Amino acid sequence: MARKVPEINAGSMADISFLLLIFFLVTTTMDVDSGIVRRLPPMPEKDAPIPEVKERNIFNVLVNKNDRLFINKGWGDIRTLRADTKEFLSNPRNREDLPEKKVENIQFLGDFPVSRGVISLKNDRGTSYNMYIQVQNELTAAVNELRDELSRQKFGKPFSELTDQDMVSAIQKAIPMSISEAEPEDIGGTK
Amino acid sequence: MARFKKEKSGELPAISTASMPDIIFMLLFFFMVTTTMREVTLKVRTRAPEATEVQKLEKKALVSFIYIGPPLQERLYGTESRIQLNDSFRTIADIPEFIYMEREARVEADRPFLTTSLKVDLEAKMGIVTDVKQELRKVGAFKINYSTRKKQEKPKD
Repeated sequence: MARKVPEINAGSMADISFLLLIFFLVTTTMDVDSGIVRRLPPMPEKDAPIPEVKERNIFNVLVNKNDRLFINKGWGDIRTLRADTKEFLSNPRNREDLPEKKVENIQFLGDFPVSRGVISLKNDRGTSYNMYIQVQNELTAAVNELRDELSRQKFGKPFSELTDQDMVSAIQKAIPMSISEAEPEDIGGTK
Repeated sequence: MARFKKEKSGELPAISTASMPDIIFMLLFFFMVTTTMREVTLKVRTRAPEATEVQKLEKKALVSFIYIGPPLQERLYGTESRIQLNDSFRTIADIPEFIYMEREARVEADRPFLTTSLKVDLEAKMGIVTDVKQELRKVGAFKINYSTRKKQEKPKD
């Protein structure tokens, strides 16, 4: 005397799942967060001695409140910043006024002249964030391009495609990302 | 050729919709897996600037966001850039507490890898950003990420 179980109508199943689908479409985001990664330096200790750096080893980049660039001792241009930075960091002709190099022994690369140049970036409180990011981007691009060139020359493929962690750190050691941001100061007022 | 009788024309057989729920469910699961829940209601405008040298943010669970930009409701809050933490406007002084709370919410092993993502509007001034960065340095949140959109690099001519 088994009673026949009536079949459940599954016709509205599609509607229910559509509803769920639309709910998820609305409440979620798909954007992948990306950005320029930086590491902040720790706060300087009080009365800490200011490290002596030779003038030839510093690449001064200043951005004023009108978003104009000032590189070393003259007006700069964002379009030439990348090339200037690359020349400063690589110093291909070993010029006297560009940074000196220190030969270091690095795995895979052997004795490699590592530049001692430091990029010093300083901005005003009134600088726009967009300009600041553009400058950061150009500086990063310069370092990345140098790393890419070295990686192609030594390992035959671009830096971003290196899979061996030791190779990556060898390149990073050979061309360090030496961008330092000056301690903030109030100059020239706000806005 | 009697064996290949022509079927009666006119009536189309009904298409079965029984597999429709399965298809929709598949779509649903796809979206559930690939997307993340929107966590905060934005009160400030954050149009990210464009840059070419961007890196993807890995491990979203280890990222805390700080939003800086002009308020969306200009009439109520003016046009000066403000800081938003979680769901409300905050000041510079609230940042250390915010970072401590974020650290508390994570497992201890993950805490050193905590990244702070700065979502700043491209029109904001550096003054407020510098203040935030100084606060982050004081509390030891050194890993930061300037949120930017990926720009395709123009081919060199």
